[in-house]
Amino acid sequence: MSLVNIHEVHKYYGDLHVLKGINLNIKAGEVISIIGRSGSGKSTLLRCMNGLEKYQKGGITVDGKEVTTEEIQVRILARSVGMIFQSFNLFPHLTVGENIMLAPTIVLKKSKQEAQETAKAMLDKVGLADKFDSFPEKLSGGQQQRVAIARALAMNPKVLLCDEITSALDPELVGDVLKVLEQLAKEGMTLVLVTHEMNFARDVGDRVVFMHQGKVWEEGPAKEVFANPQTDELKNFVNSVL
Amino acid sequence: MLDFAALLPYSHVFIHGLITTVEISLLATVLGLVLGVTFAVARQYGATWLSRVVNVYVELIRNTPFIVQLFFIFFGLPSIGFKLSAWEAGTIAMVVNLAAYSTEIIRAGLASTPKGQWEAGKVLGLSFKQTLFRVVIIPAIEKIYPALTSQCIIVMLGSAVLSQISVQDLTYAANFVQSRNFRSFESYLVTAFLYLFLAILMRKAFNLIGKRLFSYRAER
Ligand SMILES: Nc1ncnc2c1ncn2[C@@H]1O[C@H](COP(=O)(O)OP(=O)(O)O)[C@@H](O)[C@H]1O
Ligand SMILES: [Mg+2]
Repeated sequence: MSLVNIHEVHKYYGDLHVLKGINLNIKAGEVISIIGRSGSGKSTLLRCMNGLEKYQKGGITVDGKEVTTEEIQVRILARSVGMIFQSFNLFPHLTVGENIMLAPTIVLKKSKQEAQETAKAMLDKVGLADKFDSFPEKLSGGQQQRVAIARALAMNPKVLLCDEITSALDPELVGDVLKVLEQLAKEGMTLVLVTHEMNFARDVGDRVVFMHQGKVWEEGPAKEVFANPQTDELKNFVNSVL
Repeated sequence: MLDFAALLPYSHVFIHGLITTVEISLLATVLGLVLGVTFAVARQYGATWLSRVVNVYVELIRNTPFIVQLFFIFFGLPSIGFKLSAWEAGTIAMVVNLAAYSTEIIRAGLASTPKGQWEAGKVLGLSFKQTLFRVVIIPAIEKIYPALTSQCIIVMLGSAVLSQISVQDLTYAANFVQSRNFRSFESYLVTAFLYLFLAILMRKAFNLIGKRLFSYRAER
């Protein structure tokens, strides 16, 4: 069975029909890139996958658990689904170490020492072992985003959702974050990335999902989708971004 | 001729008044802020009815004179069976007053929390309460800390009105002394300076606490 099951999902914001019957299955260890024009529903789909947004029809399960927006269910889901945002969302009043240790200690009830060890290991993984005691505002955007990745990883998630996590970064800092993602992909982490980094989607991703007007317009193995787009919409999109 | 030496025989009266003002203000500040945080949370995140109740309370206090609130508590409440000493009535009036103003200030701080902070807490598995108290509250208070500081000082200075129900505070002392030695200029001048001194001291204390609470900014 797939790790993530999305079946005929419809989502409305009031009268606005944003997701129009999404079907998507994601296997453990897959790296999926969701591409598409602004407003096509990429973020909304991602946010439906961990209960940040309600959907009105259809069903989503992650790791066998039904996704709803009820607080209890969202909290249970948070143990298997990590999410990283475009705007980092680090907690400004906590050090990098405290940012990473917070959820493992109060949600997973790990001892402080255990949480600290995990935090240090995760920071090491993202190349920021020396920033444990720094406050977020002293870090560059790229460093903050890598801390956010470490913070998500410390919860030992089964799947990591990334919503344009390099879009707010200066171009020279994007590479460091992508390198971390690539490393995670190699280690077998399941990644769902909404991204504008087409080269990354093609070279690192297993599968590409092209969204258009609230639908999965086209999908397939990453290299094929870029080399041989089937629909005019994807052709146009690929031409406009590559 | 000015004669400040004429106040010297009454220095113990001033000291006693000063202590009373400090005691009441300190108590009112602590209790008022604890209630302010509680009410602000209820107002911002509570059920609709709770939010409305808090709002009525806040608007009632903010749109009536402090002295009327004080008289109501001290002279009005006994007629329905709540008899309070002047000291108790004065302290309660100040707590009620500061709580209302600080509710509105702290609520504004909470409201300015970026949505992303709540979402980050959520996707890490934190409950609403955990996110509120571990993530949201400190940066929220930081944003409105200067306004909160000023409000606490305003309420401390407002305690002068408590002399009207014969709480023996600093202003009461000044009234008492000048009625004895007829040195009203000297009496009130010294008293004004004592209030000024308290206000400066209070601001310093708030700054010190702020430096500790928000040390993540100072570390630049
Ligand atoms: N909170 C919201 N309220 C109302 N409409 C929204 C909201 N969030 C997104 N939308 C709308 O839903 C559509 C899809 O948005 P989104 O999922 O953010 O697209 P994408 O991430 O692909 O750019 C857009 O038309 C957007 O304006
Ligand atoms: Mg988006």
